[in-house]
Amino acid sequence: MTEAKCVTEACIIEASHTCLAASPSGSGLPPSVYVSASENYSIRGHYCNYLPEDHPTVRNKNSSGCHNRKLLAWGLIITMGFVQISKGAMSPSVRLQEMIRVIRGARTQGEERGVIQRECAAIRAQFRQADNGTRSHNLAKLLYVHMLGYPAHFGQMECVRLIASPRYNEKRVGYLGAMMLLDEKQDASLLITNSIKNDLSHSSQYVQSLALCTLGCMGSAEMCRDLAPEIDRLLRASNSYIKKKAALCAVHIVRKVPELGELFTPASRSLLSEKNHGVLHGAVVLITELCERNPETLEQFRKAVPELVQIMKGLVMSGYSPEHNVAGISDPFLQVRILRLLRILGRNNETASDAVNDLLAQVATNTDSSKTAGSAVLYETVLTVMDIKSESGLRVLAVNILGRFLLNNDRNIRYISMTSLQKIVQTDHNAVQRHRGTIVDCLKDQDASVKRRALELSLALVSAVNIRSLMKELLLFLSSCPPELRAHTTSGIFNAAERYAPSQRWHIDTILHVLTTAGGDVRDETVPNLIQLITTATELHCYTVHKLYRALITDISVQSLVQVACWCIGEYGDLLLRGECEETEPVQVAEDDVLDALETVLQSHMSSPATRGFALTATMKLSTRITHNVDRIRSIVSIYGSCIDVELQQRAVEYNALFKKYDHMRAAVLERMPVIDKSSPGHTNGESAGGSIKEMEPTKRTQEVVLPQEPANQVCDLLDLLGGSGEPPQPSPALSTTALGPVSSTAGGDLLDLLGGLDVTPVPPSVIVYEKNGVTLKLQTDRQTDTGMTITLTATNSTDREITSLTLQAAVPKSVQLQMKAPSGDIIPAHGLGQVTQTVLLNNPNKVSLKMRVRVCYTSQDFVCQDTVQIDSFPSPAW
Amino acid sequence: MVTGCKVAKTRVAHYPDALDLTITMIKFLLMVNKQGQTRLSKYYEQVDIEKRPSLETDVVKRCLSRKKEECSFVEYKDFRLVYRQYAALFIVVGISDTENELSIYELVHNFVEVLDKYFSRVSELDIMFNLDKVHIIIDEIIQNGHIVETNKNRILAPLLALDKMAEAH
Repeated sequence: MTEAKCVTEACIIEASHTCLAASPSGSGLPPSVYVSASENYSIRGHYCNYLPEDHPTVRNKNSSGCHNRKLLAWGLIITMGFVQISKGAMSPSVRLQEMIRVIRGARTQGEERGVIQRECAAIRAQFRQADNGTRSHNLAKLLYVHMLGYPAHFGQMECVRLIASPRYNEKRVGYLGAMMLLDEKQDASLLITNSIKNDLSHSSQYVQSLALCTLGCMGSAEMCRDLAPEIDRLLRASNSYIKKKAALCAVHIVRKVPELGELFTPASRSLLSEKNHGVLHGAVVLITELCERNPETLEQFRKAVPELVQIMKGLVMSGYSPEHNVAGISDPFLQVRILRLLRILGRNNETASDAVNDLLAQVATNTDSSKTAGSAVLYETVLTVMDIKSESGLRVLAVNILGRFLLNNDRNIRYISMTSLQKIVQTDHNAVQRHRGTIVDCLKDQDASVKRRALELSLALVSAVNIRSLMKELLLFLSSCPPELRAHTTSGIFNAAERYAPSQRWHIDTILHVLTTAGGDVRDETVPNLIQLITTATELHCYTVHKLYRALITDISVQSLVQVACWCIGEYGDLLLRGECEETEPVQVAEDDVLDALETVLQSHMSSPATRGFALTATMKLSTRITHNVDRIRSIVSIYGSCIDVELQQRAVEYNALFKKYDHMRAAVLERMPVIDKSSPGHTNGESAGGSIKEMEPTKRTQEVVLPQEPANQVCDLLDLLGGSGEPPQPSPALSTTALGPVSSTAGGDLLDLLGGLDVTPVPPSVIVYEKNGVTLKLQTDRQTDTGMTITLTATNSTDREITSLTLQAAVPKSVQLQMKAPSGDIIPAHGLGQVTQTVLLNNPNKVSLKMRVRVCYTSQDFVCQDTVQIDSFPSPAW
Repeated sequence: MVTGCKVAKTRVAHYPDALDLTITMIKFLLMVNKQGQTRLSKYYEQVDIEKRPSLETDVVKRCLSRKKEECSFVEYKDFRLVYRQYAALFIVVGISDTENELSIYELVHNFVEVLDKYFSRVSELDIMFNLDKVHIIIDEIIQNGHIVETNKNRILAPLLALDKMAEAH
């Protein structure tokens, strides 16, 4: 269909050209364009070349013998000049269309590149000439070339020139070019500021619109600053066509220069009373932008919630409105935008949330979800419900909408449902859990994206209660899952099993199942982790080794599985040979069978060097666990003494030596491995490890922060020591503090003792959190309630100079609120004669583990010292 | 130069949140045919001109390689792609993470309906040979990454006015 249409069109153009060329004297062409017969031919030849070979016109014309390749280039140039000048007589767009046709006809990339290079050269040449009324056509051509991915930067100045043109058509192409070719990095973009400014107050709304659109697309920060007042003026215009565009232009300006937001706030508020949907849409987008940038504006616009609710209600309840009806929904695009704004306004705010509760319920129940448009609105509604402080009933309704989406025939809607369920699974776990069945069914979905989402969601839904049934589904999924999802699935299964395994046996079984189905896609640490798990499950050794042995003789291609199997056979070979395993059907395994299996692994070309290593060590270990075939083992081991793999060779040589020189020690050396401690290094799984790593991070960071400063401080210390004005060396200040510190505190204690008998509050215990350059910072907990804590930081100075401009800053985890009272001063007198105290109030409503980071800043003898310390544990208060 | 630097710095300090703000918007719109040739491209977010062709190729490859039964949303780098196929022509829209995919999906259809209305059964060639007009239409629907107008008559009004002007000449 498409092709046919093209050919006919090509044909018509071809014909019209031929006509013109054939009767040059006929039309009103200037004499200089008269084309000679030969040139005429070459033109035709050129066109023919770019038309499909089988085209009837082409075949006819080819007969005129224009295969001369040399003429081709010449022909193109002539064609250009010809059509260029004949423009007046023909439809003005032919020129561009001709080029498109030629480019399209190019049979190879190289040919296309050639055509475009010649075209670009011609366009450049034209640009250099004085204005001859063809600029806009040339630029239009250049934009087409640009779209195909060829460089077109040389058209930038042309855009500037055309924008300044008084003719609408030229202006239009100029602005289009500016949007495509210019970005704010180019100097040329500054040159259009003035033209845009003029056009913003043009009498034609279409010219105004062009300027608005361009400014909104590529306006730099400078341009935005210059033109913002103009835009504000247009926002108050009476013309809704201009108003809607100005609103979006303002969005761009606010994005570029956030502080201009305040300028647009009043105007955007008044736009909400507008009836035109375009303007409303722009206004809502602008308000959203303003609110997201500035919390004060957000507060201000909370007052507009009732208005927004009213607009929204109008859209939902109005029924059919022909102007903006999309599949029975009245302007879903505007609805989506308003819902999003309501979400931002209602977030963390009770009043605003209350005001929209009814509306959301109304939208949720009254919107038809059978079409995409309705689903889009419902989807946005759900997101809003889940994000604001909405009623619990509404939240359940929202999750149920998503559940309904899961059953929808449209895969896009199923995908959306999955994505949103994933977003809320952490906060509303139980509500999502209710749709587990449907979610698990989606694992079998045709669509890879839906599948991926269903997998992630299923993994998130695993809990101690449902692990057995859910894992069955996941293992089933693993056997049929697309290759790109396998690695993700296996690691997800491992994590879930680690967390919720109902029994060790189940855990081992699950991992073995994964290894047999997708052993090639597991992460490297799976092998050591599984081995560790097996060693700890002491009573399952016999069961495991039998199971692994059976797996090994069935298939030796899965490296991870073979490695674990070898390891187990080596360690628990005696259990395997004894064959007394109640849990599986008894299999009598002969020593030779086991050795055969291991030897197969050693010899197989499928085995990786690491696997061979496992097998060799296993063979060696068996030498103390079997009775008859030790000689066979000896020979196997000696063979690998000349192995090409250095690692394997070394092992074999060592084992050989063990057989020969140290045979008396062999039994002891090849003892069963002790149970591997879970906390030993190299163990990477599990929450506890993950948690501790996280906890360690801040400490590390503190060290990193502190370290670079230390050398400087040391230098200062040295200076300090040397600066003792030639006096005989004195005990260093640090020493004196340690000597003094306890004395003074005991002295205090003595004093209290003197008052004995009286019920005096003992001095609360304190910890020294910082001690450097003679400055000591102590922390003491004065009071601790369930969620709150009062801390006093006391800084003392033991040097012989006073410490000035002391500041203490503290940081706590996000969920903890921190309030610092004013410090008692910022100067600490020398020689420990005074102190600075500062009280810190901590409120910890979520009862997270409390941590605090304190930054100490001070000036000591004209050098500024800044240090950060982290406090992970607080002394318990005195009572 | 130096003062410029200073201004930028204070601004960042004053609006610390402005940097990591996720902006909900349309990032670009592409029209490509089945062979992967770009028929129209429109960017609403700053993408270096030199990087555009490679981005286009990559994006198109992602969308073209998808099967019929897969959904129309693709996660790509830090944004999403929404695509829709009309005969041999693909329309791909790049959107930010927070944009409503379904409404963009619907918007693409609305756009094609407008094209259909103007060109009466639009084809790839109509778009190729009337690129500037298609641009006018897009500019009436989307401006700097946001929807301006969805009413078909109002979208086409400027273009029809322009056509009338051309006829009169």
